[in-house]
Amino acid sequence: MQHTISVIVENDFGVLSRVATLFSGRGFNIDSLSVAPTNEEGLSRMTIVTRGDDQILEQINKQLNKLIDVLKVLDFSDGSAIERELALIKVAAEDDARAEVLRVVDIFRAKIIDVTPKSYTIEATGNPLKIDGILELLRPLGLKEVVRTGAVAIGRGAKGWNG
Amino acid sequence: MKMNGARMMLECLKKEGIDTIFGYPGGTVINLYDALFDCKEIHHILPRHEQAGTHAADGYARATGKVGVVIATSGPGATNTVTGIATAYMDSIPMVIITGQVPTPLIGNDAFQEVDIIGITRPCTKHSFLIRDVKDIAVTMKKAFYIARSGRPGPVLVDFPKDVQMAQGEFHYPETVEIRAYKPNLSGHPRQVEKAVAMILDSRRPVMYVGGGAVLSDAAEPLTTLARKLSLPVTTTLMGLGSFPESDELSLGMLGMHGAYCANMAMSHSDLIIAVGARFDDRVTGKLSTFAPHAKIIHIDVDPTSIKKNVRVDLPIVGDVKDVLLKMIKQADKHKEKLTEFVAALTPWLADISAWKDKHPIGYKQSSTVIKPQFVIQKLRELSDEDAIISTDVGQHQMWTAQFFQFNKPRTLLTSGGLGTMGYGLPAAMGAQAAFPKRQIISICGDGGVQMNIQEMATLVQNRLPVKIVILNNNFLGMVRQWQELFFDKRYSSTCMELPINYIKLADAYGAKGFLATKPGDVESVIKQGFSEKGPVIMEFMIAREEKVLPMVPAGASLNEMVLNA
Ligand SMILES: Cc1ncc(C[n+]2csc(CCOP(=O)(O)OP(=O)(O)O)c2C)c(N)n1
Ligand SMILES: [Mg+2]
Repeated sequence: MQHTISVIVENDFGVLSRVATLFSGRGFNIDSLSVAPTNEEGLSRMTIVTRGDDQILEQINKQLNKLIDVLKVLDFSDGSAIERELALIKVAAEDDARAEVLRVVDIFRAKIIDVTPKSYTIEATGNPLKIDGILELLRPLGLKEVVRTGAVAIGRGAKGWNG
Repeated sequence: MKMNGARMMLECLKKEGIDTIFGYPGGTVINLYDALFDCKEIHHILPRHEQAGTHAADGYARATGKVGVVIATSGPGATNTVTGIATAYMDSIPMVIITGQVPTPLIGNDAFQEVDIIGITRPCTKHSFLIRDVKDIAVTMKKAFYIARSGRPGPVLVDFPKDVQMAQGEFHYPETVEIRAYKPNLSGHPRQVEKAVAMILDSRRPVMYVGGGAVLSDAAEPLTTLARKLSLPVTTTLMGLGSFPESDELSLGMLGMHGAYCANMAMSHSDLIIAVGARFDDRVTGKLSTFAPHAKIIHIDVDPTSIKKNVRVDLPIVGDVKDVLLKMIKQADKHKEKLTEFVAALTPWLADISAWKDKHPIGYKQSSTVIKPQFVIQKLRELSDEDAIISTDVGQHQMWTAQFFQFNKPRTLLTSGGLGTMGYGLPAAMGAQAAFPKRQIISICGDGGVQMNIQEMATLVQNRLPVKIVILNNNFLGMVRQWQELFFDKRYSSTCMELPINYIKLADAYGAKGFLATKPGDVESVIKQGFSEKGPVIMEFMIAREEKVLPMVPAGASLNEMVLNA
């Protein structure tokens, strides 16, 4: 099963490799990982999408907490988070396909951000499942290049890292 | 006061109360060594190999409970410490490793003797720091020592570039340390303690299963008090030996792969296991699916990751083992009447245990012609001081030591449990002797492992460290040979050492004394001669070559499926 966890870390030298070493050394999977500074000085937030049963997830949580640079681990496995991902998608678009691409873009409320006679580049945001959805529809038209950020997540309502 | 970074590092060590360190000089620590030249408060011991220096710092830490410190130069000096760091990490030993590093502007340029030692050691350190600025030295060292010794202890590496050692700065050592993301939970939750005592009083077949955590948190006293108060049988892991006196009626000795039959049977029939600072390692549990099938489990550990890692746990208690045990004693005292009832109800269980003890005690067949290794260990116990510290290397001799040398006091056994590092024994003993110049320090080694750090004979002689080295010589990599005998049709692939070494001459070459025993009648006199020497000594015992360590739970078998005599 897939799980999304947020990890609040000290913005210290080497913290990303500590987390990465932990996952690889203990055989945990990383499906996606995104990191950026938070609004609080000196802190960064990682969003990690991982897989495993409950016991593995418990170990991941505990092992992350054990790292000296990790301030807090938020487990969103209970669905208590809003997740968003951004994707940049370059898709072949010639002749009739051009209209089809535009229709898909419209349905998914995505945006065209670059146009050439042979291709469109699309910016799509949303829940990772929505990104999967748009990619599925665009695939038969000829996907040239896809860049996804990986999910970021924030707790609903009061559920936050310092709330 | 203004001083350079190198001097500042030594001031930090002094502030931490460090008076003995181990280390090996080189280009990127030459400034540090220059500062050491004038430093009278810190005794520096020069080993003959950085690996040995690291094990010595580890042995020092295990014997004293203080943080061990080792210095190595960048590049090969630093990589030579890795085995020692991993050994300490696996057994949660508090240590600070200071490595020289190339000057900061050169880092990342493949400079001469540059390695990314922080990267190399990341999986086997509790934490690590690179000091980039002379202003950061004091606060970094304060954090390094705090992290190394607090919570579940472990090695912390500090990478110390040469230009930072040379830079001038003002020295202020912080009084306190605050790491906002690191707050180990030491105090056991009172509700959990209450529940634990209630569970114990409800049990009829309880066992305490005690690991190295009890030694690390100096919990031998409350452990013994609690066990005796409640008549709880106690078995320990290899790392837990000494935390509960093996001479006590309630002691079951060591459990696991080469543990006592009674200990493994007790675990298999127990209805409540109280795990104390132990981590359910595969050498202890045997086959997981059949481990302790009837037992509820209480697990006390300072490290939450140890809990529910390998086995299900009915009651976790996160906290310092000593704190939790003290609270449990208080809680038990609140139930005076129930307590008497409980102890009375344990009679059938204690009778079962004593029957198992009698049925298959740890033993061996004595011989009148060849020296049995077990006999040597028993004689060593008999003839050594009450408070002697024993280090072992890794292999059969290690298990015989665990089985036959009765350990009654904490911190008297130094052994590499988690990593099983051959070459550990001799330098670890050296570290312990540096800490306790007057105590008897005995290093029990195999003929294989002793050669992995034999060069430290020179350090012992030079520094007048009178370690008594015992070599149980079977001219085999005995433990591997045993597996080949039992599981590979006696195909002794690369386990016969073939070339006999003259250890007596070798001792002589280093300026130490050597004594040789070839028959059972020699054993006592050789030990007595060795112990009466003022300096370091090698005592070599030519033992029964194909003696096996028994009993044994074959890898992957259940704890109650012990091979008793093969
Ligand atoms: C550094 C290292 N290399 C290899 C091993 C694997 N190993 C475990 S025990 C053993 C044999 C040790 O032989 P010896 O030191 O003579 O002790 P004995 O078992 O004969 O008592 C070996 C090779 C190890 N534990 N450590
Ligand atoms: Mg041997």
